[in-house]
Amino acid sequence: MTYTKRLDKRKFDETRPIEAKVGVIKNADGSARFKIGNTVALAAVYGPRELYPRFMQNPEKGILRVNYNMMPFSGHGNRVRPGPNRRSKEIAMVTKNALLPVVDLSEFPNAVVDVFIELPQTDAGTRCAGICAAAMALADAGIIMKDLVSSVAVGCIDGTVVADLNYDEEAFEGIVADIPVAVLPNTGEVVLLQMDGEMSKDNMVKALELAKKVCADIYEIQKKALKEKYTVKGDKK
Amino acid sequence: MSKLLTKDKDVVVPGECLAEGMDYLPGIGTYRDGEKILASRLGLSKIDGRALELIPLSGRYLPKRGDTIIAKVTEITMSAWRVNTNSAYQAMLGMRDATSEFIPKGANLTKYFNFGDYLVCKITNVTSQRLVDITMKGPGLRKLRGGRIIQVNTNKVPRIIGKKGSMVSMVKNATGCKIIVGQNGIIWLQGEDPKMEILAVNTIKKIEEESHISGLTDRIKEFLEKETGKKIVLEQITEGGEQNDLH
Repeated sequence: MTYTKRLDKRKFDETRPIEAKVGVIKNADGSARFKIGNTVALAAVYGPRELYPRFMQNPEKGILRVNYNMMPFSGHGNRVRPGPNRRSKEIAMVTKNALLPVVDLSEFPNAVVDVFIELPQTDAGTRCAGICAAAMALADAGIIMKDLVSSVAVGCIDGTVVADLNYDEEAFEGIVADIPVAVLPNTGEVVLLQMDGEMSKDNMVKALELAKKVCADIYEIQKKALKEKYTVKGDKK
Repeated sequence: MSKLLTKDKDVVVPGECLAEGMDYLPGIGTYRDGEKILASRLGLSKIDGRALELIPLSGRYLPKRGDTIIAKVTEITMSAWRVNTNSAYQAMLGMRDATSEFIPKGANLTKYFNFGDYLVCKITNVTSQRLVDITMKGPGLRKLRGGRIIQVNTNKVPRIIGKKGSMVSMVKNATGCKIIVGQNGIIWLQGEDPKMEILAVNTIKKIEEESHISGLTDRIKEFLEKETGKKIVLEQITEGGEQNDLH
């Protein structure tokens, strides 16, 4: 059995339709929604704000805290059970590590920037959607950053390299590999790289090349969404 | 050959390239990476000769020496008050800086400033660890009684104050309210007429929302004229005033 046609009739290097919007949560200092296919990620950024308990404070620079949560009703729950568990804790950690290289919190010693990523609807690729949303929300919050972060999952289904797998593809009967990747669009630096499943070395190289290409497209969408919030309607420039 | 990749007053996102080549200089909100000048935050680009700068559009207040702010008393220690500055850092108001009155040993400090009181105060010092000291000694610095407190985006405060206070004095004259704008984005208003007080609040919200659209003063003037039904004569700006003064 080979994978010659994608289950949802996409091209092999095509992502699901993407929508991005900035400033969706009024109470937050910065917020964003990133929707890719049926996966929806909401990110809210609060801070820099006071950090307690005191032993967590870092007198040299501010710290970043990331919270990742799938909402109880977000998926069908067959494979991934939503809620606070080891999985969500680990994803929060890798998300934090993906965002840390770009944010500069040296201006805010002893303070904290909180990032909350909530997923009201999930269909695979949640950590990537979460990172994309979080990067936009951080920029919206006016945090000093040297770059944005764009992220997408690539994979290999029965020997075919594809971009942005959905849940049905991840659960495809056959050999499936799934690689979430996050890159800094300006430098091409990879800040998140995980892999699940198995694939050949050649395919992996191909998949990573594809990931970089797709991330560049996602970056343009993020950029557009950020500019849209602040550009005046009807003001032609 | 250097190349400019942005226009004046363009919205730029972090990491966006503003210019290439060594002919341009990175200013506030930008950084140089090799030949390129990149944005380090979200903001409006500003081209000032060879220097490229970013005007921030969002972000929390960061205490700065010399700023006049409105802060709320949150804690009372042995010899000082700790106040919330609407930023990531609390500020300390020592007894010496609080009042010119003599405070006897062991006095009840709530008599002077109680929990929840709002104070107009000036930042005297900010350390590298962001320990903030404030003072109440100075013209216009006092405890606020009555009125209402609203919060705005800190980055819009210069727009609300206007050139040499022109904007806020226009709102004050049109509505008859007393208004104090803190650099930390907290604004205190008090008016005899509740309707006028609400109008002043709405006007400030309008300034905050539309501050990046050109022709702001005229639009606000029009809005106030429509709402109050009175003609507004723009004040002649006198020389010598300063933007950071109290209004």
